[in-house]
Amino acid sequence: MGLFVTFFHALRHRGVPVTFNEWLLLQNALSENLVDSSLTRFYYLARAILIKTEAHFDKYDQAFLECFGHIESDEDLIRTIEERLLRIPPLELTEEEKRMVEQLSLEEVRARFLDQLKNQDDELHVGGNKAIGIRGRSTHGAWGYNPAGIRIGQHESRMRSAIQIAEQRSFQNYRDDVTLDTRSIKTVLSYIRQVVREGPKDSLDIDGTIDATCRNAGELEFIWDRAKRKRIKLILLMDAGGTMNPHSELVSRLFSAAKDIVKDLQFYYFHNCVYQELYTDIWQMKAVPTRKVLDQMNRNYKVILVGDAYMAPSELLSPNGAIDYWYRNDRPGIEWLIDIRKRFRKVIWLNPEPEQWWASVPSTRMIQKVFPMYELTMAGMRSGARALIKQ
Amino acid sequence: MDRFKGTHSYILSDAMREIVNAAIVLQRPLLLKGEPGTGKTELAQVIAEDLNLRLIRWNIKSTSKATDGLYVYDTVQRLNDSRFHDKDVSDIRQYIKLGKLGEALRSEEQVVLLIDEIDKADLEFPNDLLFELDQMSFDVVETGDHFKAKHRPIVVITSNSEKELPDAFLRRCLFHYIDFPDPSMMERIAKVHFPNLRHNLLSQIVARFYFIRQRHELKKRPSTSELLDWIQALLAGGITEDELKKRLPFIGVLLKTEDDVAKVAVH
Repeated sequence: MGLFVTFFHALRHRGVPVTFNEWLLLQNALSENLVDSSLTRFYYLARAILIKTEAHFDKYDQAFLECFGHIESDEDLIRTIEERLLRIPPLELTEEEKRMVEQLSLEEVRARFLDQLKNQDDELHVGGNKAIGIRGRSTHGAWGYNPAGIRIGQHESRMRSAIQIAEQRSFQNYRDDVTLDTRSIKTVLSYIRQVVREGPKDSLDIDGTIDATCRNAGELEFIWDRAKRKRIKLILLMDAGGTMNPHSELVSRLFSAAKDIVKDLQFYYFHNCVYQELYTDIWQMKAVPTRKVLDQMNRNYKVILVGDAYMAPSELLSPNGAIDYWYRNDRPGIEWLIDIRKRFRKVIWLNPEPEQWWASVPSTRMIQKVFPMYELTMAGMRSGARALIKQ
Repeated sequence: MDRFKGTHSYILSDAMREIVNAAIVLQRPLLLKGEPGTGKTELAQVIAEDLNLRLIRWNIKSTSKATDGLYVYDTVQRLNDSRFHDKDVSDIRQYIKLGKLGEALRSEEQVVLLIDEIDKADLEFPNDLLFELDQMSFDVVETGDHFKAKHRPIVVITSNSEKELPDAFLRRCLFHYIDFPDPSMMERIAKVHFPNLRHNLLSQIVARFYFIRQRHELKKRPSTSELLDWIQALLAGGITEDELKKRLPFIGVLLKTEDDVAKVAVH
């Protein structure tokens, strides 16, 4: 029991939101004997009850190892014994010998079995009288002869032991604080889709119909409405500057995910910071005036800026501060950023650098004052998406 | 209650069998997630088949509403009937049409209820189901009727994680994530569908399949059903192991976009 409480706290400590109700349900499952004293079953059952997203499976594995890792599982032991037992042909006994072994009672056998399990060493036992092994006259083992014997491992066990499974930590990739693949990005992006009415008027508005029919003194009058559809209008502004090179793979994944699921996607590139021009290509050859982009787009577009926000303060604060020597900007970058913030209702900044570094970079701190900034990870994007749909 | 054992046509992991049985004993909905093609929907069919129960399947669409799952009150029909004096419109019950959930709760026998792709619906949809799934009963407001399930249905819910599900809903479910099968599991699955396939050829096909799948940048990674189609195509084309080593015939069966085909072709 104490161990289970430790487990509960180990999970909560790792940020898995386990509640008391789920805990009670697990106790319920234990008392229904669903676990059948098997650690492996316990591993899967407790996971099904306590954990509600694959993103937390890895934390579960870690907590499980911490609490149960030292337990030697019967299943391991049985399998080892079983494997050794299988190798050797059955024992033939004379009638007299059979009578001798029949004298032991089951109770005695049980007591001895437990005793021997404790003392069992790793040797292969053949033909002995005492240890668990094969072809023996001992009371425990298989393919031996003793009517009161305990047979171990008669059912096939294809389960891996719980500890081995937890040790593999095969769900590390599903954690939500590591970086993402295209599919998970799509999942997050689809979260910001919103329901709008569009298309032909082809769905019946029942309330309207009833209302209109009543007004019409019972003469049926149908009212039609446009169907609800899910849409995102998204502007993606991506930093293609040099310090972004290590993250280019990630950003391109974000971009391709966005292209796949966002019908109305506008995307532009910038170099370190946004100035009077944005670029429609990653090599920054084709420029469009930032002012024009700002003026033409509807305010309801959600805007995501992606960049490491890592630059010299002058790039942000001074006229002509752009990193490109030949580039002349009469307005400092920060003013352009503020313009973007003001123009659109919902804007966030996604930063591929780890959050704990942000505070030590002056330019990052300044940009954080303009936009809410989130880490470009699953968890960060999720919070970001939430901020984008909040009214 | 019989324990769920699985059927010969569906390869089941031990973990999943335990969890299905736990969901039945604990009377909780079982929420299944996993990549497309990992057999989430099929599991409900297999449970129904194995326990010899009727399967009621509720396919969720983006427009689905929780109340429609219980019943729909056909106001338009009633209005129409009253206009043309076709029927006795004072009997409201004839205009109450049960939805899938309502059907499951009113069934005389225990049923398996599959709520397929719950994440397609509106964000609030799962929360609207909480009471009915907890109590397994519902009221018809228009008539004042109260229905309570004689036998709690076994509820299987699938999600493709297009949306996050609300916490209150999650707390009531058992959750299982169906991992994509590993190669040896995949060989067992393929054998169920193609019992006569030579072992060498099968392992070669499966190896090639995982080689393609592991390419991270694919837009749509092929899943089990595509592999099965591919095997069908390879068999029909009489492709041998040697040929398979040199090239990837009928690649269009596995990859559905030109980009993906081009990416694999380069290597």
